[in-house]
Amino acid sequence: MNIEVRTAAPGPRPKPGRRARPEHHTGWSIGDRVGLAAAWAAGISLCVVAAVIVLFMAWKGLQFLHLDMLTSSPEASMDQSKSGGFLDPLVGTLLLTVIGIAIAVPVGVGIAVWLTEYGKPAGLARLVESGVEVVAGTPSIVLAIFGLLVFQQGFMGIFSFTAAGGAVFGRSFIAAGSMMALIALPLVIGSTREALNSIPRHVREASYALGKDRASTIRRVLLPSARSGIATGATLGMGRICGDTAIVVVLLGASMQTTPESGPLGLLRGTGSTLTSYVYNNSPAGEGNAPDKAYAAAFVLLMIVLLLNFVVGLIGKRNKPQWN
Amino acid sequence: MELKEEGARTGDGPAAEVPPLRRIVVESETVPIRVGDYAGPPDPEYGKEPWQLAAGLDGEPTWIEERMRTEGLSIAYGDKRAVKDVSIEVNSGEVLALIGPSGCGKTTLLRSLNRLVELTPAAKRTGRIILDDQDVDSFDVTHLRSRVGMLFQQPNPFPMSIFDNVAYGLRERGSKKPRRRQLEPIVVDALERAGLWDEVSSNLNHPALALSGGQQQRLCIARSLAVSPEVLLLDEPCSALDPISTGIIEETIVELRSEVAIVIVTHNLQQAARIADRVAFMYLGDMVESGPAGQVFGAPREARTQEYVGGGFG
Repeated sequence: MNIEVRTAAPGPRPKPGRRARPEHHTGWSIGDRVGLAAAWAAGISLCVVAAVIVLFMAWKGLQFLHLDMLTSSPEASMDQSKSGGFLDPLVGTLLLTVIGIAIAVPVGVGIAVWLTEYGKPAGLARLVESGVEVVAGTPSIVLAIFGLLVFQQGFMGIFSFTAAGGAVFGRSFIAAGSMMALIALPLVIGSTREALNSIPRHVREASYALGKDRASTIRRVLLPSARSGIATGATLGMGRICGDTAIVVVLLGASMQTTPESGPLGLLRGTGSTLTSYVYNNSPAGEGNAPDKAYAAAFVLLMIVLLLNFVVGLIGKRNKPQWN
Repeated sequence: MELKEEGARTGDGPAAEVPPLRRIVVESETVPIRVGDYAGPPDPEYGKEPWQLAAGLDGEPTWIEERMRTEGLSIAYGDKRAVKDVSIEVNSGEVLALIGPSGCGKTTLLRSLNRLVELTPAAKRTGRIILDDQDVDSFDVTHLRSRVGMLFQQPNPFPMSIFDNVAYGLRERGSKKPRRRQLEPIVVDALERAGLWDEVSSNLNHPALALSGGQQQRLCIARSLAVSPEVLLLDEPCSALDPISTGIIEETIVELRSEVAIVIVTHNLQQAARIADRVAFMYLGDMVESGPAGQVFGAPREARTQEYVGGGFG
């Protein structure tokens, strides 16, 4: 029997003294190599930009951030030693996030379930899908202006402050939170749909084969299986809500301090601020012209958003059911 | 093959009413036979005649009684007829294997028995399917499916604990939510019958998806058994499993045969020969031949069956 022994792959031999290139690069043209180098460079420069942002914000932020800023309310003073901290904006950010997510998750999960599990008539499903895309693509300032229009209607008076003449103010935590829900909604829908679509068909059939109807299959099998997808969407949505500025500036009123209305839901009907509007107002563009406060608040905001992104990664890795 | 006769049946019925019945036990590893040797009027205790008897792998004789049958069943997906005019009965006490090349309609036939095929929008059915003398269309579909359980090609436990998987079919059945303590005996029994109890008894609260593939498939068997079905449909239940897990599942199937009527779709002729009492061969939607496993494999009547079991095509 003849056995042919090949010691190296056919092709030009590497020059002695130089390290052989990996085989799959040997046939590449100049254009391919330039493209590859450009792709590498682009990836690395993005990392550099991200690192610079975080490091610069950390350097500036930690320089100006004091613990008492997190525990004291902002005060109206041009003297920066007396203008207080950003407790109210911090609480405002959290409150607005909670309101937005509390609306977006049930509505978004409902839409996602309807689209993936029912989706009939098909025309209506396509219409809903394009509706979601429109909402996802609408700039938040447009949502904000639209929200103001809606919440200034007379019958929306219960959601904000009504002046003596009967004019509805239209700005409140509820008004801003509702529009924030629209920002989070496409993310919740997208990631819930993805999770539901990744559940194999035979898992649904296994539930039907045990004598369960569609509703209880959705409730007992599909939604628990999609839990990590829903959580991922909700967390991404929270990140977007935390970072949005336009809706806050237009719809949360311009008060730096949280200003509740009277009544049981006074806090939700009242106005306030968030870290984003605080940064905006204290930056050189704003009234206070206190960039050091802006840096400190921006650093805290960045940390919150990075933490949320980290949580998204954690959720994605864990709790996701894997069928063979 | 060796036949031997035993004395009169000592059954559960009153001795005076039940005429003596000769029992023929077949001592054979692969060739089960059905002997309708009940002479005399139908037994009012059981209401079925004739009494039929078979012996399988374990040599234990089992009572055979019709549970389900199809009458002129045809199923079409749009213009494509997947199952053509099939009439077959499914009996408790035996394993019925559906064999045939890919796309011959055996899975469609199987999925029609619990009306799962209706989930496919284009599927259209004609002909009758009868469960315990009642047309399946007269049942509520969820009720039908709790009486006709199903196991799938891929093990598909739900992402919850082992206990909750088995208890899944039992919950939300009545208006009252059953407590765990009430469900526990049923869950334990189902796990024992599926041959999984010894391996999971100490960790019923562990996630089911952490089990091995073979264990998951036995968990799916236990999940089906918990709702006490009369018929169990198996759609190539071992195709995703290794040979050892396959062997364990096959043993479980043979043991279950005495309590549940079993229909198994398999591509594996050796598997059909190992566990089936009766075999039905399908080709291009037609039921070409059905009969005792020994006959279909040993002396098929039809040329197409002969070709298939002889390895002529497939």
